[in-house]
Amino acid sequence: MIRIANGQGFWGDSPDAPLEQVRRGPIDYLTLDYLAEVTMSILQKQRSRDPEAGYARDFVEVVDRVLPDLVSKNVRLVANAGGLNPEACRRAVLEVAKRQGLNVPVATVSGDDITGRIEELLARGVEFRNMDTGEPLATIRDRVRSASVYFGAFPIAQALDGGARIVITGRCADAALVLGPMIHEFGWKAADWDRLAAGIVAGHAIECGAQGSGGNCQDDWATIPALEDIGYPIVEASPDGSFVVTKHAGTGGRVTVASVTEQLVYEIGDPRAYLTPDCGADFTSFRLEQEDPERVRCTGVRGNPATPTYKVSISYAAGYRAIGSVAYAWPDAYKKAQAGARILKERVARLGLEFDAIHSELLGANACHGIAAAEPSPELAAQLPEVVLRFGVRSKSRAAVERFTKEIAPLVLSGPPSVTGLGAGRPKVEEVMAYWPALIPKSEVSPVVSL
Amino acid sequence: MKVQLLEIAHSRSGDKGNASNIGLIAKKPEYYPILLEQVTADRVKQHFAGVCLGKVERFELPNLHALNFLLQDALDGGGTLSLRADPQGKTLGTALLRMEIEVGKME
Repeated sequence: MIRIANGQGFWGDSPDAPLEQVRRGPIDYLTLDYLAEVTMSILQKQRSRDPEAGYARDFVEVVDRVLPDLVSKNVRLVANAGGLNPEACRRAVLEVAKRQGLNVPVATVSGDDITGRIEELLARGVEFRNMDTGEPLATIRDRVRSASVYFGAFPIAQALDGGARIVITGRCADAALVLGPMIHEFGWKAADWDRLAAGIVAGHAIECGAQGSGGNCQDDWATIPALEDIGYPIVEASPDGSFVVTKHAGTGGRVTVASVTEQLVYEIGDPRAYLTPDCGADFTSFRLEQEDPERVRCTGVRGNPATPTYKVSISYAAGYRAIGSVAYAWPDAYKKAQAGARILKERVARLGLEFDAIHSELLGANACHGIAAAEPSPELAAQLPEVVLRFGVRSKSRAAVERFTKEIAPLVLSGPPSVTGLGAGRPKVEEVMAYWPALIPKSEVSPVVSL
Repeated sequence: MKVQLLEIAHSRSGDKGNASNIGLIAKKPEYYPILLEQVTADRVKQHFAGVCLGKVERFELPNLHALNFLLQDALDGGGTLSLRADPQGKTLGTALLRMEIEVGKME
C-alpha cells in the first residue's frame, strides 16, 4: 500500500496545505495540482512578457518550505507546476535545493506545449476541430495564444522509475498526478484498463484538494468540524486497484461516502466514459463504503481502453471585459438596484458602441440562482438590508470597454440614493481568453521526460 | 406531499467549458428512485430557463445513488469569458435543490 496525498487543488489554494500533508502523518507521495484553463491563460501572458516565466511561481516557494521534510521523510513530489515552462520551473527548484545544500533529482515532463507547432500540424492534417461545436480552427487561428496537450500518467511513472524525487510536468490530466505514482510503484501496464481507471477515480477523488475531504460539501455542512484546520485528502492505494480515501488524524473536515461522492460527481460528463489519456474510467462501476470513520473504501472500478487521441486545450484572445458594482442600502435596496441597472443599460445603449454581452445582476437577491430563485417577494424585497448591483460588458473593442468603465461612478451622484461601494475606483479592463477544446492523434506528439 | 430536493438530496456543480455539470446525490438509497422518476432532463431544463440555453443531458450513477446533469451553454461563454458572479456554475447545484418534488410521507 502507498499513501498519496494532495496538497493543492488549484493555483491559489492554501500555501500551508502541502506542508501539513507532509508533517501531520505518514505519506509516500505529495501531489500538487496548479493548472486550470484560467491558469494557463495567466501563464501565457506571463511567458509572453518574460521567457523565464510561464510556470506556477508559488510552487517554488512551496518547495522551499517543504523540501527538508520531503528529504528527511523520503516523500516524493509530483506537480503540474511547470505550466508552459517546466524547464524554467526546474531551474528555480534546483536553485532552491542548492541553497538548502540538498541534492535532489528533479525530472520534467514536457512536449505538451504545441503552440509553436500549430501551422505544421495543420499542414499535416490535424484539424483541431472544436470538440463542442465542430468548427475548424481557422475561425480563430489568428487569435491563438497557447495550445497544450493533456498528457497522461505514464511519463510521470517513467520519471519516477528513473529515480526522480520531484517530477514537474506541464499540462497533463489532473488525475494523472496520482495515477503516475501507482503505475511506478505497482508496475501497472498500458492495457491494465481496470487498474488504470481505479487510479483515475482515486485521482479524481483528491485532485481538488480539500473539496474531497469535507470542504465545499453540501451534505450536512454545518456539522463538518474544524474547517479552519481542514485535512486535505489522502489516497491509500493497493496494487489491485482498490483504494481508501482518508485524511490525517486530528485534522478538520470530513471523509464520508457522502463527501467523497460529491467530489466524484464534480466536473464529469458521461460517467460511463470518463476519458483520460491513459484509459476510460467507468464511474458507474465501483462501490464506496465507510470502512471506518474518516475512511472510505472504493472497490470494483472498471476501465475501458484508451482512445487514439489526446485532448488539446487551445486558448485564444476573445476580447475585453470590465465588471463594476455599487451597493444600495435599505430602504428599497432591491428597487434601487433594479433602477440602477435600468439606468446603466440605457446609458450604455446610448454610447452606440459594440458590445458582445451586457449583463447585470443583483447580488443579495438572486444573482447566483437566477430564475430558479425567482424574484424576492415584495415584502422581502422591501426588507433587504442591502443589494449589490453588479454590471459588466464584454466587447472585441478595448476602447468600448474603456468607455463603459466611466459610466458606473456617475451613478453614485446621479442615480438612486443611499449608495456606496466605489472604493476601488473604476473597474479594470481585462483581456479575456476563451478555450477551444480539440483532439490530436497520439502519433503526432510525444511526451519528453528529462531527468 | 411536496418538498424541495434539498430535503432528500445534496449536490455539487462546476464547469466543463461553457457547460455546467450538476451532480445530484440522494441522501438515502431509498430516495434515489424518486430522483430517477421526477428529476428528468426536461424538468431541469425548465428549472434553469434563461440560464441554460442549450440542451440538458441526464446520466445515472446507481452505484452512488446519484444523477449527473450536463447543462450545455449555461455559463455565458464559460469560466474565462462569463460576466456572471458565478462564472463556473458553482452555485447551480444548490439552485437545483430548490426544485419541488412529490414524495410519500417522510419519517
